[in-house]
Amino acid sequence: MSLRPDTGAITVKRWTGASIATIGLVLAAQVVLAFGPLFLSANLIDRLTTLFIYGILALMWNALAGYAGLVSIGQQAFFGLGAYAAIRLANAGISVYPALLLGAVLVAVVSLPISAFMLRLRAGEFAIGMWVVAELAHLLVNLDTLINGETGTSLIELQRYAAHDRRLYTYWAALATMVALGWLVYLMLRGRLGSAAQAIRDNEEAADSIGVRVLASKRLIFVLSAFGCAAAGALWVAAQITFQPKAYFSVQWSAYMIFMVLVGGIGTYEGPILGAILFFTVEALFGATGVAYLIGLGATAMLFALLLPRGIWGEVERRLGWRLLPIGYQLKIGAEDLPRHDSVMVTTQADAPAR
Amino acid sequence: MIWVNQIIQGILLGGYYALLACGLSFMFGVMGIINIAHGSLAVVAAYMLFVLADQFQVNPFIGLIAVVPIMALVGWVLHRLVLERSARAGELVPILSTFGLAIVLDNSMFTHFGADTRSLAPYIGTLDYDSWTLPGNLIIGKLPLITFAVAVLLLGGLHLLLRRTALGRRIRAATVDPDTAQLVGVNARAVYAAATAIAMVTVAIAGAFQAMRATFDPYIGGQLLIFAFEAVVIGGAGSLWGTLFGGIVLGVAQSIGAQIHPQGFLIAGHAVFLVILVARLYVTRDMRHFFRLFRRRAV
Repeated sequence: MSLRPDTGAITVKRWTGASIATIGLVLAAQVVLAFGPLFLSANLIDRLTTLFIYGILALMWNALAGYAGLVSIGQQAFFGLGAYAAIRLANAGISVYPALLLGAVLVAVVSLPISAFMLRLRAGEFAIGMWVVAELAHLLVNLDTLINGETGTSLIELQRYAAHDRRLYTYWAALATMVALGWLVYLMLRGRLGSAAQAIRDNEEAADSIGVRVLASKRLIFVLSAFGCAAAGALWVAAQITFQPKAYFSVQWSAYMIFMVLVGGIGTYEGPILGAILFFTVEALFGATGVAYLIGLGATAMLFALLLPRGIWGEVERRLGWRLLPIGYQLKIGAEDLPRHDSVMVTTQADAPAR
Repeated sequence: MIWVNQIIQGILLGGYYALLACGLSFMFGVMGIINIAHGSLAVVAAYMLFVLADQFQVNPFIGLIAVVPIMALVGWVLHRLVLERSARAGELVPILSTFGLAIVLDNSMFTHFGADTRSLAPYIGTLDYDSWTLPGNLIIGKLPLITFAVAVLLLGGLHLLLRRTALGRRIRAATVDPDTAQLVGVNARAVYAAATAIAMVTVAIAGAFQAMRATFDPYIGGQLLIFAFEAVVIGGAGSLWGTLFGGIVLGVAQSIGAQIHPQGFLIAGHAVFLVILVARLYVTRDMRHFFRLFRRRAV
């Protein structure tokens, strides 16, 4: 597309050398990680599995809040249900690893009717409404005799695999899920849905008035996020083996997701990935301090919300003009780039869905 | 008879929920902000009263004389430091910042007071279990009745404040249109800070009654927020008397649920909330349509 074809002085571009190089590096890193078990220690494999699950959660929460403008404090509902579905399906005789995926699909199906009424709530009402959904899901799962109430149960079917195999399978499953969801979200955000979602986030009424299908776009992202969080929960139970409802349906998961996304950079694609790595590091360093660590997480999230709402990556983009994994377009006027701090980001209005 | 009793207990419990919810409803009505730290702040007030009672032998009702102004000040500071800045950054930022605040408060209380479950019941004499027995063996507890009365008084007081006082007029003006209010000499910033302070006064009182009628620990703030939020939404967000109605619906649902199944108390409360949410979205639309048809025919 071009804005003023007569002058030819204005060009719009998406790819830069740096972003092509980044895509290459990301692909290479993903291939290297896939062969990770050849050269990584068992301990490192376990830790990376955790990191991948955090990555999935951050990606999903960011898709919801950063792109559809839906801040949820109840994504632990899907996290817990994903783990529960995996246990139920494995108990019914389905092989464990397919059960993880099938469980997440079932949770996504369940999230569809939930979206029908939750998406009509606005801002804070949606946020706490989702928390109520999580509480109710927790209570209902507790009613299942298989779970033994708060005592919980285990994914015993995992015993069919030797400890070493289990570690590798879970690692690959987590890596594959993160990579697949990562690319899926990336491609979706670059397309029509991305423009629609960002328009909704910035101004719902205005988006509606220019023909964006607000509810349909929100619903798609909501269900995708439910699927991703459920997959993360299923992978978590595969990694931990034990399932205690209280731990899985804890609001702490929301705190983690919010921390990762806010610190990394809400509404940027790269931010949540950075946030997940930071959170993983912080947890490794300070997780043992328990309560003090949680106070630090809460305080950091609050300070970022108040003082640095774009997060670290948002600031990097603003100050340095980096676009490593571009989902928008860059507008250039004249032969030279605009001064960096002025450079206009035309966030894909060009792709706005036409009807 | 057991059902009548459950319903009466439910209504009284609903008074407590209305008390818990009125600050949340007030802030939402005035500023459009839902304060996620609402429940945690009630627990902070409860701990203040507990320390006064436990270490200085101060009766919780007397203790409120000190705790209420402190909480009002907390509200004012909360607005100046957190809410004002977040509200300017958009409607999503207050959720994030107050959620962060709730995590900080809960875990800070845990570091100071540990995981022990506390209660103010031992410090209020026999009021905790005093009751009247009505014909038909219906038992009305004194404390639940006082709680209900306080809820009605607070809601009535807030209503009068908004309708009859100069501050109320300023608050209403700033609610409708902060910029225009500013033009005619209303300092919207000060008005919002005052509204937050008033909300925290109700939070202090709610925290006191939570601690007297039951127990508390550092992590119940989230649960209290959810109950308050359910009462607000059931009653119609932002409407003060609706909040009383919402609290009663929630309380009755919970006490009937508890009678049906041991886990039924919480499940019934959440289920009623969701059912009313769905009903409001679908039924009211049809009802409106129906009334419109009716009106047209009448004309």
